[in-house]
Amino acid sequence: MGAGHAHRLHVPGTSVVHRLGPQCKLVAAVTFVVLVVLTPPHQVWAFAGFAALLAAVATIARVPLPLVARRMVVEVPFVLFALAMPFLTPGERIEVAGVPLSVAGLWAAWNVLAKATLGVVTSILLAATTDLRMLLLGLERLRLPGLLVQIMTFMVRYSDVITDELRRMRIARTARGFEAKDVRALPVLAHSAGALFIRSYERGERVHLAMLSRGYTGRMPTVADVAAPPREWATALLLPTLAAVVTLTAWALA
Amino acid sequence: MTPDQGAPSLVVDGLAFAYPDGHQALFGVDLVVERGERVALLGPNGAGKTTLVLHLNGILTGGRGRVTVAGLDVAPKHLREIRRRVGIVFQDPDDQLFMPSVRDDVAFGPANLGLRGAELDERVEQALATVRLSELADRPPHHLSFGQRRRAAVATVLAMRPEILVLDEPSSNLDPASRRELAEVLESLDVTVLMVTHDLPYAAQLCPRSVILSAGVVAADGPTPKLLADTELLAAHRLELPYGFSLDA
Repeated sequence: MGAGHAHRLHVPGTSVVHRLGPQCKLVAAVTFVVLVVLTPPHQVWAFAGFAALLAAVATIARVPLPLVARRMVVEVPFVLFALAMPFLTPGERIEVAGVPLSVAGLWAAWNVLAKATLGVVTSILLAATTDLRMLLLGLERLRLPGLLVQIMTFMVRYSDVITDELRRMRIARTARGFEAKDVRALPVLAHSAGALFIRSYERGERVHLAMLSRGYTGRMPTVADVAAPPREWATALLLPTLAAVVTLTAWALA
Repeated sequence: MTPDQGAPSLVVDGLAFAYPDGHQALFGVDLVVERGERVALLGPNGAGKTTLVLHLNGILTGGRGRVTVAGLDVAPKHLREIRRRVGIVFQDPDDQLFMPSVRDDVAFGPANLGLRGAELDERVEQALATVRLSELADRPPHHLSFGQRRRAAVATVLAMRPEILVLDEPSSNLDPASRRELAEVLESLDVTVLMVTHDLPYAAQLCPRSVILSAGVVAADGPTPKLLADTELLAAHRLELPYGFSLDA
């Protein structure tokens, strides 16, 4: 069995941030990101402020910065998009090292880059300090429809099982001399994908049978209660509160 | 609802069933399993073993005949109680363990029965201790070995305090040590067991009585050593002892 890639984001610990109720952290993280997005991009200092807040959270939670940096790779597509903007946006231009760039494009690129980075770092910190099971319990606690939470729970549980099946199928193909060299390999890969889909579908049916056999009636029983005392909410909401001060100041100065 | 103490754990009476596509799997099965018995249900592939198992807790219904569990009819109006009384351990533990941690999974059944708090925790601890997995309770199921997952699957139904434990091919894919560990757990249980298998040595080890299901009917029913010594009977139903295996019963 492969080590659960779904759990590699979590950095176990016992810091204040780790111990907060998952629902508090979820609300704090989402509110923080919304506030970041609402901030006018021309107030560059405000983004430095947000970054400092996240750095503080990372320090308190003892999440190593190199680790955060490594996981930021998911942002690369956004970065490429942002980098294209100064070249593609029409309007007033300035020369940077002899290359004419659009002023509006530069601001737009900065806007995308700064906000996406802060958003990505926020979710990396959330994932690093909250294990997946707690996140799901938190979502349930926040009244996310039960069906969605169930789907996510199964996704977490079975992503490894399915990845493993995919790996075994690949090994079996390779063992019989198959190499995906060009487009002629596509039908084979398509068949594999189809077989995997059918297997997963059939597994879904078997899991459903197993659930029915243990008294499932359409609703997951709440087995663990993650009620958070007001103190935890207050601690968690400190982050968006400070961020709100930054956002409001930025608007006042804009 | 308390089970009728005097009634057998399981009574199957004239059970016949055809799938919607017309394929008939069971042609009148009769079977009585007394309280506390350990019975092996033997039969070749396609004999109708799984179809029979799915009738025991009302997943499949609508055929002829009837099934009662500790005196209670398997009927839509008491499915909930029936599913508590009949604990099925499916063949692939990955189908049975669907929650993010072993503890949550073991709690799923009793929580569906309405248990909460300390009572629920106690059930979970006890079931995990029985299968010797207490220290792995908070692991995600995919971090367990296959043998551990099989035992965790047993715990998920033990936590419901079943009247009868039904195991579908419990020894499949187990290495010899896991196989022995599971046998030790099963032998320590104080519960009626129906074990579906074509692993004849395992049946001989764990079940004093065996039933051969073949072509949708019960073809033989008797003491396991006697049935397994009857080479002609076994051959007639595509069953064979492994090479070199002899019963010293």
